[in-house]
Amino acid sequence: MSKLIRMDHTGHSTLAEWTPEDPVAVEAAVTAFRAELERGYLAMVSTGPGHAEHVRELPVQAELVIMRLPISGG
Amino acid sequence: MATVDVLPEVAGVHWRARVDAAQLRLRGRLWTLTTIAHVVPFAGAATLLMALQPLALPVALVCLAHAWIIPELYAQRGANVLRPRGRAAHGSPTAEPEQRSVGLLGDLVGHEARELHARTGLVLEPGRLGTWLVGESGAVLLHGRRRVFCYCVKVDPRRAQAAELPSGDRIAHLLLALRSDEPGFATVANLAFAGAHWRLRRRLRKEMRPALRAARAALDSRARLAR
Repeated sequence: MSKLIRMDHTGHSTLAEWTPEDPVAVEAAVTAFRAELERGYLAMVSTGPGHAEHVRELPVQAELVIMRLPISGG
Repeated sequence: MATVDVLPEVAGVHWRARVDAAQLRLRGRLWTLTTIAHVVPFAGAATLLMALQPLALPVALVCLAHAWIIPELYAQRGANVLRPRGRAAHGSPTAEPEQRSVGLLGDLVGHEARELHARTGLVLEPGRLGTWLVGESGAVLLHGRRRVFCYCVKVDPRRAQAAELPSGDRIAHLLLALRSDEPGFATVANLAFAGAHWRLRRRLRKEMRPALRAARAALDSRARLAR
């Protein structure tokens, strides 16, 4: 089961869960993903120890997609 | 999967040169020159005063104090990037989000990094530019044998949600950005201090010093493997 989560004031919230074989759940996840991008969140996927990638489309095969806020120099 | 190699936040600092090893060496040397430029005139003035008039001892001591304090203030500025925000007390309404955020962070790192975070509040992350220590509102890069670069970088405070994030999420934000584009991360971050490892260690909170030791050990171990 893949998960789309957003880091927020609760620690993190699960926005969608899907399996690639379930098109309805995938569609709901894609909709939730796009809504977060429109809110200014960035999507990250871990790609092995010490590696992550920023993605602009929901990677349906990924186990975990994390939405984060942008960072800036302090 | 449509992936993006460059950190999107880099577009916000397009005028900055992208950080690489050569630029780090250059910036490190510039910081050393700046420190010398602060210390030498004051130390020289103290020496000259004592040579000309021993009764000027109090003024000479003030000059020496300046020569000592200015580099220490810079090092303190560097240590401040790792300063944690207040944590939620056990049983308080924000304690659960705090635990959830630390749980997610724990899923992103290995066992050793998780254990180090529990003790020091910092996450150790090996990178191509060196070894990083990531905190809630900044990160320290150990580059080479002796030098550290302290970067002030945090979740964009212009976002209303940023203020409400628990500590684990703050670190996870920085860690994911660092992992996706390390040079971009260092480019976006503001350099607060570059200097000797020992200068930073002295100004760090006691509970954080083991993280600096661990980062140094990790760097040494990588250097040995590379030989």
